[in-house]
Amino acid sequence: MTLDQSFVRHITRRLLSVLPTLLMLITVVFFLVRVAPGGPFDSEKALPPEIQANLEAKYHLDEPLLQQYFRYLGQILVLDFGPSFQYKDWTVNELIAQGFPVSLTIGALAMLLGFVLGVSIGVGAALRQNSAADFSTMGFAMLGVSIPNFVVAPLLILLFAVYGGWLPAGGWDWTWQSAVLPVVTLALPVIAYIARLMRGSMIEVLHSNFIRTARAKGLPERQVILRHALKPALLPVISYMGPATAALITGSVVVERIFSIPGLGSYFVQGALNRDYTLVMGVVLFYGVLIIALNFIVDLLYSILNPKIAYEEL
Amino acid sequence: MKSSEATTAGVGAPAAELDPFEAALHLGDVKGRSPWEDAWHRLLKNRAAVTAAIIMGVMILLVIIGPWVISWDMDYTDWDHTQSAPSFANGHWFGTDAVGRDILVRTLEGGRISLLVGLVSTLVSLVIGVSYGAIAGYYGGVTDRVMMRLVDIIYAMPFMFFVILLMVVFGRHILLIFVAIGAVNWLDMARIVRGQTLSLKRMEYVEAARACGVENRDIIRRHIVPNLLGVVMVYVTLTIPQVILVESFLSFLGLGVQEPMSSWGALVSDGAQDMESAPWTLAFPAAFLTVTLYCFNYIGDGLRDALDPKDRS
Repeated sequence: MTLDQSFVRHITRRLLSVLPTLLMLITVVFFLVRVAPGGPFDSEKALPPEIQANLEAKYHLDEPLLQQYFRYLGQILVLDFGPSFQYKDWTVNELIAQGFPVSLTIGALAMLLGFVLGVSIGVGAALRQNSAADFSTMGFAMLGVSIPNFVVAPLLILLFAVYGGWLPAGGWDWTWQSAVLPVVTLALPVIAYIARLMRGSMIEVLHSNFIRTARAKGLPERQVILRHALKPALLPVISYMGPATAALITGSVVVERIFSIPGLGSYFVQGALNRDYTLVMGVVLFYGVLIIALNFIVDLLYSILNPKIAYEEL
Repeated sequence: MKSSEATTAGVGAPAAELDPFEAALHLGDVKGRSPWEDAWHRLLKNRAAVTAAIIMGVMILLVIIGPWVISWDMDYTDWDHTQSAPSFANGHWFGTDAVGRDILVRTLEGGRISLLVGLVSTLVSLVIGVSYGAIAGYYGGVTDRVMMRLVDIIYAMPFMFFVILLMVVFGRHILLIFVAIGAVNWLDMARIVRGQTLSLKRMEYVEAARACGVENRDIIRRHIVPNLLGVVMVYVTLTIPQVILVESFLSFLGLGVQEPMSSWGALVSDGAQDMESAPWTLAFPAAFLTVTLYCFNYIGDGLRDALDPKDRS
């Protein structure tokens, strides 16, 4: 593929559109959290007013809202999310640095598993269209799409940890044993969704003329599938990768909580419950940037795989 | 469906002008079928969708009637039978939880909330999405570009975190759950409706209406929106399970409905705590929730196959 002008323009425009998105993200999150009733220093025992005032001065909570907003924007520019309000002696950057590698490991493994298994199952089902195997596989795939991960997770724990005793019921120690159940829980809906997508698009591609031509040339079926059908059939799956990432990130919040994994999602829920302003904003921003960046990559990948695409229309 | 008088005027209607002989030929002739009837017949042939619809109907009836019929109250604590396994002998068919509350009645009451959230939130997103999409698509040009750019921007945001934030900020009120989920969920609907409107507005009958001097808002209301019905219906059936899932997700995290109210998500969350000693407290709500989501997805799929002319093969 050549890097023609329209492609470059397309990329530039996509990059430029990221800015207002980010600004809106920051603004909405900032003001939403600030109008929240209850402050970060509310506790069972009321603090003496002087100490409360000192604390608020220290964190600039006594300044006018707008001033706080611009102060925060300035901080974000230098990628400083500020100190956490709840975890003493921790900055939000440190908390993210602490939690993200764990979340990333689980998420990336789940994505990999989802993609590989989903595509293979989808292709397999498409090749045996309308057979009993196809119907039962798709029935399972629909179940995988429908069953919430907070139902799957306890079931897996019950089965493999409580009754079986083969795997730990929770916790995280960077061993494969502690990763299996969370990754499988997260991957299940992705596998199911990709399998359904892949089956549908594969069936459609297999009915197209260029496949008929390839077969007429006498190519072995294996080559027809791998060399000709697979790439165009993958397109819908590729464009699903963006939403899939978002789904994995949200899913990881639940999964981390159930398996008590010290990832970013656990911090977020804890922060939300404690009104830890800076932590909540930091994590939402971080996730937002992540999702935007991944969508951008998916978009590029899509346009590279699909030469037919007209950049002006995107 | 009755509303489609325009469908087959060519086949049945002109009989009055024909001579008796020809009229007899047409008598009992092919009865015209509207696209809606076609779709209906296709839907009925889809066994998975029909089964799902029947199960869903039973589920809805159970959830509505059940709590009235069952003698237990949802927050009545039966101290003689705490954490009792499912049993016909003591009247707790689905067992009881750690403080002796009847799981059956709680599951059904929770279902009321879950289904209600699904319905109302979907309605909210339906109203916002359809009007937004139809306006953007119909007016086009700068209006469209600005409106859809806004959708793109919101689309890029981490949706679930916003709902969580909204719940944290404004308190966990049930009404807020409806609005929060609906208000964040209209984006897909707006996009789909806009796309459809773009192609609809180039149709001859819209052209004709405009030539007759019908005002824009009337064209949107009378000609565009009714023709969006098919797409919207499919999308609604697919949104309901999503919304139910979001609510359960929130409740599971402890951010959704509050005691004494309950929903399937909250019940699954409670059940997961006690699953080792009382697996039934997890099993029943989880099963109800999953079956519901499963059925909705199948109905939505069936509707799409029935209504989408592209996939007709």
